[in-house]
Amino acid sequence: MTPYSSFLFFIILGILLLPTMILGIMGKHLRYYNVFVSIAVLALIFSGGDEGFYSLVLFTVLQLILIKGYISYRQKKNSSLVFYLMSFLSILPLILSKILPFLAVDNWASFLGISYLTFRAVQIIIETRDGLIKQQLSIYQLVNFMLFYPTISSGPIDRFRRFQKDEEKRWAPEEYKELLYKGINKIFLGFLYKFIIGYAINTYFIMNLEHIADGRFSYHLLYMYSYSLYLFFDFAGYTAFAVGVSYIMGIRSPENFNMPFISRNIKDFWNRWHMSLSFWFRDYVFMRFVFLMKKKKWIQNKMLVSNLGYILLFLLMGVWHGLAIQYIVYGAYHALMMTAFNFFETWNKKHKRWPTGNIMTIVSIVITFHVVCFGFYLFSGRPFQ
Amino acid sequence: MDFKEKVLQVIAEVCEDDVVKEENNLDIFEAGLLDSFATVELIVQFEEQLGINVPITEFDRDTWNTPNAIIDRLNELK
Repeated sequence: MTPYSSFLFFIILGILLLPTMILGIMGKHLRYYNVFVSIAVLALIFSGGDEGFYSLVLFTVLQLILIKGYISYRQKKNSSLVFYLMSFLSILPLILSKILPFLAVDNWASFLGISYLTFRAVQIIIETRDGLIKQQLSIYQLVNFMLFYPTISSGPIDRFRRFQKDEEKRWAPEEYKELLYKGINKIFLGFLYKFIIGYAINTYFIMNLEHIADGRFSYHLLYMYSYSLYLFFDFAGYTAFAVGVSYIMGIRSPENFNMPFISRNIKDFWNRWHMSLSFWFRDYVFMRFVFLMKKKKWIQNKMLVSNLGYILLFLLMGVWHGLAIQYIVYGAYHALMMTAFNFFETWNKKHKRWPTGNIMTIVSIVITFHVVCFGFYLFSGRPFQ
Repeated sequence: MDFKEKVLQVIAEVCEDDVVKEENNLDIFEAGLLDSFATVELIVQFEEQLGINVPITEFDRDTWNTPNAIIDRLNELK
């Protein structure tokens, strides 16, 4: 059963979470009952047969061995080679799951949520390398973090140390009531976004677009706008469910969206859209790449280093979505937009040609909105059909 | 120059703005003075000029957001 896709799922979840809410309001520890809820919901999600239950188990065991092995190793030694090897092995199942369909063999490596779970695992290895995770982690801690069911299928991607703080916390009744209130609020926002607005845009507009548009150009133009809005409401709706349920479980999962359509420029947009993913790439790919280049003094030119970082980040983000042409083009498009903006920003800092003021802010928002929507149009795959 | 002044000097150099020396509680990310690229530069400078190693993953924008907060964090890592 796909999470948050049917009312039955919500009803079962609601019943399972009732004791969690009562325990929380009474100020009791949520941990033990929540383990039961997690197992029950995971069983519900993965019992359908199409979600890849065995691949998930295999994946989890592999990641546990890699993480626990690397932490033990890191307590004694710290070779870069071992770090890169472990990171590669951790990402290998994800790479396989993307490549196998092209080899015309059964995609046995794939399961629901693999793209997101991989990032949770690799992140632990990276933070161990950086010396931020020093103590050995228990199987319970790792499994609980990696298979946290509210966010298992499509994120948000949490960070281990942040998650752990919430998980170990014993919420006071007043604090939990606040969490519960926020969580329920988010879930209702999710209903509004995903099942009302997103559903309406898709069913009444996108599916009838052939009759609404009066030509090829207007068809594609209207498709671009409506698909962009649909994508936002559908994904922001899912995220609101995932974050809302997390809150009820006593975990404050990070947010994914912060009003992305009022972004003033493309850089601003990536601080507002699918934030848990873009921040992951920022912290673990872009910043590490720039740091390496600077420290080893391989490339001195600032502009070149940051642009290469952006190109690396967005091409990776593209293929992370899938190896289909639309995702690769989407990644390349955003790499191009970011590097172009990078040149513009540096130039403007010097010459101050771009006027400021309220009107210009609106102009910037409108331009960015169109750049972003065209990106989603590419992402949708419609231009390649 | 004491430690605090040294840190402020490094931040001001990277941000290319002396305002951080005056307003020690200014949120440098919200003010647009520091982006992810400049953050890396800051981390490299802390290592080169102050000899303090800050792992990139440690530099959390919620707890390293103002000059004062950065000074506190660096004091913890010293």
